[in-house]
Amino acid sequence: MHTAAAELARFQPASDQSLLVYFGQQITPEAHQHVMRLLRLLGLEPVTGIRNLHPAYCSLLIQFDALKLGHDDLKAILRPYLDRLEDVHLPDPRRVEIPVCYGGEYGPDLNEVAAMHSMTPAQVIELHTSATYEVYFLGFVPGFAYLGELPMALVTPRLATPRRRVPVGSVGIAGNQTGVYPFATPGGWRLLGRTPTPMFQPNRSAMSLLSIGDRVRFTPITQEQFAALENS
Amino acid sequence: MTPIQVKSAGLLTTVQDLGREGFGPMGVSASGAADPIALRLGNRLVGNADGAAGLEMTLLGGTFSFPHGAVVALTGSDFAVTLDDVHVGLWTSIKISPGQTLSLGHTRSGARCYLCVRGGISVEPFLGSASTHILSGLGGFEGRALRKGDMLNIGPATESCRKRKLAQWAREAFAPRKLLRVTPGPQVDWFPESSLQSFYSGRYRVAEESNRMGLRLEGSPIPADSGGEMITEGVSLGAIQVPEGGLPIILSVEQQTTGGYPKIANVISVELPSVGQLRPRDEIRFELVDWDTARRLLQEQEQLLASKELILG
Repeated sequence: MHTAAAELARFQPASDQSLLVYFGQQITPEAHQHVMRLLRLLGLEPVTGIRNLHPAYCSLLIQFDALKLGHDDLKAILRPYLDRLEDVHLPDPRRVEIPVCYGGEYGPDLNEVAAMHSMTPAQVIELHTSATYEVYFLGFVPGFAYLGELPMALVTPRLATPRRRVPVGSVGIAGNQTGVYPFATPGGWRLLGRTPTPMFQPNRSAMSLLSIGDRVRFTPITQEQFAALENS
Repeated sequence: MTPIQVKSAGLLTTVQDLGREGFGPMGVSASGAADPIALRLGNRLVGNADGAAGLEMTLLGGTFSFPHGAVVALTGSDFAVTLDDVHVGLWTSIKISPGQTLSLGHTRSGARCYLCVRGGISVEPFLGSASTHILSGLGGFEGRALRKGDMLNIGPATESCRKRKLAQWAREAFAPRKLLRVTPGPQVDWFPESSLQSFYSGRYRVAEESNRMGLRLEGSPIPADSGGEMITEGVSLGAIQVPEGGLPIILSVEQQTTGGYPKIANVISVELPSVGQLRPRDEIRFELVDWDTARRLLQEQEQLLASKELILG
């Protein structure tokens, strides 16, 4: 007797040392719950030979030691895990507030985004701060959280030409997602503002401010508050 | 601690080991040596564990002096190495006397040369590894490429010093390849027959904008069929992803951990060190193999690495 999660799961080899587990091909809360549960179960009861896990919206990429395991070995090991997913207890989501100074030099795309949606910049800020976002996963670079979903009225395509260097702490939107750049990196998201809160600190015990499953809200701050927080 | 003085750093010289595992959920990729076989062999030549930290140099090497001496080995590509102006070879241990200077020039073969030192390069580990992650400025020596004037420390050595060299057969067995064997990518079905045919019959040239994150390729475009909506997912090392323009990108050691482009193929594990030795303008081709072949080749490579005749001396 297989559970819904086990029925839904589909295996796809990605390389000779990795296997993708898909829970459907749509971004749904159920699919993401399955991803988080499998990630948690594999964390609580680790499998010898699994070297790394990369969760995403509706999939988990499992990287393994190909000298110890093959795809079929891993599938056989995973099936009982999948059968138990419904019983996995996920902790209550943490709630995290991120202060953001919107517009000006910190949010160089705010005015353009407003114009694209026939809104005022203040309305864009109000919409962006009105929603509670879920951390779907961290990817791209250390500590970069994919947050969803943006209010429909703010859904905006990414820049046609990515910036070569996005300043650290920049808060951007792309498609129906939003996120904060933890490092100065290239990037194609449209920048609405910037946070003084470090997203990734190697000398902090949690290192990444955000983890998969967290609930995030953005709160507007002034330039003076930004400066005070940055120096604190 | 025994020091190494960096007199000149070269184009891009970083501290690397075999990378960090298990931090994918934080978005942290493995990083580590782009040619891990060269690093492992270099470490064995100086009596280190396979995963000790060494220096990875790119296209143009640096100049290093050793005030207290050292035992070193150079592996990977030949960067025209001299010790106090006398030519020295790769794939052998070299005893450096106090005050001598080791100089590397431009590459004569592939992209990367490794300098391994008996005792390893000593840096504060980040998430269990000495590897530098350049984009995020984490790990390695102050999270960055080396600069002129930097002073590195050599770790304590466990084994006594004995002259060693790599067997000639091993140099041939581990020589980098330009015909890269691949397995099908997770979205291979998204690519029309014409794209697959171009990919497997054509030659691709490594573009200038290639680095430790990924190698951009120039050649016949191989677009995926339009219509499929790709949902961002975890991406594996050596994945060959194809953005809208149809020109493929091979993901390398400092890769992004997730991505939203369809993947046509994936370089097999034994060929990843060859990817680390590719230079801009190199020409490569791809050959499809099945999963069993990929696994067998990896097992054979590990058997060669376990051979008692690998290191002489």
